[in-house]
Amino acid sequence: MRPYLSIVIVALALAALASLAHSNTLANSLVTATIIALAGYGWNLLGGYGGQYSFGHAAFFGAAAYVDAVAQARYGVNAYAAFVLATAAAALVGVVIGYLSFRAGLRGSYFALITLAFAEVMRVLANAAGITGGAAGTLIRLAPSPSHFQFVGRQPYLWIVLVLVTLAMIATRAVERSRFGAYLVAVRENEAAARALGVDALRVKLQAIVISAALTGLAGALYAQYFLFVDASIAFGPWISIEALAAPIVGGLGTVFGPLVGALALDGFGEAAHAVAGRTPGIELALYGALLVLVVAVARDGLQGLAVRFFAARRAGAA
Amino acid sequence: MLTPDILAAAVVNGLTTGAVYALIAVGLTLVYGVLHIVNFAHGAILAAAMFAAYFAFQYGVDPYVALAPLAVVFFGLGYAAQRLVIGPASHGEDRNVLLVTLGLSIVIENLLLAAFSSDTRSINTTYGFATIRLGPLFVSLPKAIGFGVSCAVGMTLWALLNYTDIGKAIRAVAKERMGARLVGIDPPHVFAVTFGLSAACLAIAACVLLPVYYVDPRVGEAYVLIAFTIVVLGGMGSIAGAMVGGLLIGVVESLSGLLLGDSLGQLGIYLIFILVLLLRPRGLFGATA
Repeated sequence: MRPYLSIVIVALALAALASLAHSNTLANSLVTATIIALAGYGWNLLGGYGGQYSFGHAAFFGAAAYVDAVAQARYGVNAYAAFVLATAAAALVGVVIGYLSFRAGLRGSYFALITLAFAEVMRVLANAAGITGGAAGTLIRLAPSPSHFQFVGRQPYLWIVLVLVTLAMIATRAVERSRFGAYLVAVRENEAAARALGVDALRVKLQAIVISAALTGLAGALYAQYFLFVDASIAFGPWISIEALAAPIVGGLGTVFGPLVGALALDGFGEAAHAVAGRTPGIELALYGALLVLVVAVARDGLQGLAVRFFAARRAGAA
Repeated sequence: MLTPDILAAAVVNGLTTGAVYALIAVGLTLVYGVLHIVNFAHGAILAAAMFAAYFAFQYGVDPYVALAPLAVVFFGLGYAAQRLVIGPASHGEDRNVLLVTLGLSIVIENLLLAAFSSDTRSINTTYGFATIRLGPLFVSLPKAIGFGVSCAVGMTLWALLNYTDIGKAIRAVAKERMGARLVGIDPPHVFAVTFGLSAACLAIAACVLLPVYYVDPRVGEAYVLIAFTIVVLGGMGSIAGAMVGGLLIGVVESLSGLLLGDSLGQLGIYLIFILVLLLRPRGLFGATA
C-alpha cells in the first residue's frame, strides 16, 4: 500500500479542489487542464520512462476523439460503448505506428519526426474524408443525460476526469514497480546494453506505446465527449502533441506526479499570461515554449524535482 | 488535357519551387550533419525571416536588396541562438536539443502570432508576375531568380565546406568531435557557426520566397515538413543529397498537384517521407548514418 499512499493523498487533494470549484470558469479550466494531464500521462510512459520522444501524440488523441464522435453521431452507438471503442482505436493506432517505426529501428530525432508525420497525415485525411465530416468536423448531438454520458454543468466531468487521472497515476506507479517498467527504463538508458542482457527491446517499446496511446486516447475521447465537437485541427493539430509532452516535462519527466503537476502549472501560467497580456492569441503557447526551454535548461527533473529539492534543503537546514 | 507542354511546364515549375525547398533543406541537413540533431525551430526561423523581409519591403527595401543584409543578421541570430540558448540549455544531450529547439520554435511562432496576428500577408512588386520565355515555356521571373540564387548558395556552401578553414573545421567536428577538439578546434564555436549558416540560408530563402508566396506566423510549418522529407530523402547530413532531393520533391509535388489536386498532393509528400524513413532511413544518396 505504501507506494500508493502519496497517490491517495494527491487524489484526495484534487477531490477537495474539485469540490471547491463552484464557478463554471474554474471548473472548465480544471477539466481541460486535467484532460491534458491525462494525455500527458500517456506521453510520460513512452517518453519519460521509455525515452522515446513522440512529437505526434495527437495521432492517438485525435483517433480516439474522432471514433468517439463519429460512432455516436453517424452510427448511433451508445456513448459509453463509443468511449471504450475510441480508447481501443487509439491503442490500435499505437500498435501500428509503434510496430512500423520501432521495427524499422527509428529512435531519437527519427522517431520524433515520424510520429509528427503520422499525426499530420491523419490531420490531412480527417480534413478531407467524408466519414469525419471533412473540414466542418463532427458534432455529437446534445442530449444531457447520464445515459448519454452527458451532464448538465461541468462538475460531473471534473469528477470523471479526476477518477481517470487517479487511475493513470496508479497505472504509472504500477508500471514503475513492475519488471516491465524496469525493462523500459533499461531501454531508455542504454538500448544495446538492455538487449545484451536479454531484454526484448522491440516488445517492451511496443507495450509501452500501446499503453501510452490508450491513455492519451482516453483524454481524446473525453475531450470529444466534453466539448461535443471534433474537427481535424482540434483532434490532430500540433497543439495537443505539444501539450501532451510539455506537461510531463515541465512537471517532471518520468515521475508519477509530473504530468499532473505540469498540466496544472502550465494552465496556471497560461491564465496568468492572459491576465497580464490580455487574450492575445499566441502568448500562452509562447510561454509554454519558453518554460519548456527553461525547464530543460535548469531543472531537468521538472517542477516536482525542484519542490523535492527545495524541501530537502529546508529540512537539511533545520536539522 | 495533359499535353507535353503542360507536363513540361509543371516540371519546370516544380524545379524552380524545388530549388527553394532545397535551399531550406540545406540548412537543416548541415545542422544535422554536424550536431546529429534535427533542428525543430527551422520552420519558425524561416517564418521570422519572411516577416523581416516583409517589413523591410514595407520600408521600401526590395527583398532582393534585403537579401544580403538579412543573411548577415540571421547568421548572427543563429550563431547567438546556438551559443547562448540551445547549447547551454541542452547540456550536451541529444534528447534535450530536440526539446529545446521544439520549445524555441513554439516561442518564435507564437510571438510572431501575438505581434502580427494570423493574417496572411504578401507584397506587391512590379516584377511579381513578370515571366521570361524559355523555348515554348514561360517561367515566372521571381521563381527563376529563386532557382538561380538557390543554386548559387548551394555551390557557395559546398565550396565553403571544402576549401575554407572553417569549412574544414565543420567537417572535422561532424566526423569526430573529440578528435577535432584535440587539434585545437573549438566545437561550441563550430556548432554556432553551423547554426548561423543554416539561419543565413533561411534568410536568403525567405527573400526569394516573399515575392511569390505569402507570409503568416505558421508559414514555416508548411515548408519544414517538406524540408524534413528532403533531408531524409537525400540522406541526413548530405548537402548534395539535399539539393537533389529538393529538386525531386519540387517536381513530385508539382506533378501530383497537377494529377491529384492540391490538398492530396501534399499528402504525397508525407507518404514519401514516412516510406523513406521506414524503408531506407539512410536516404537515397545514402551517406552512412
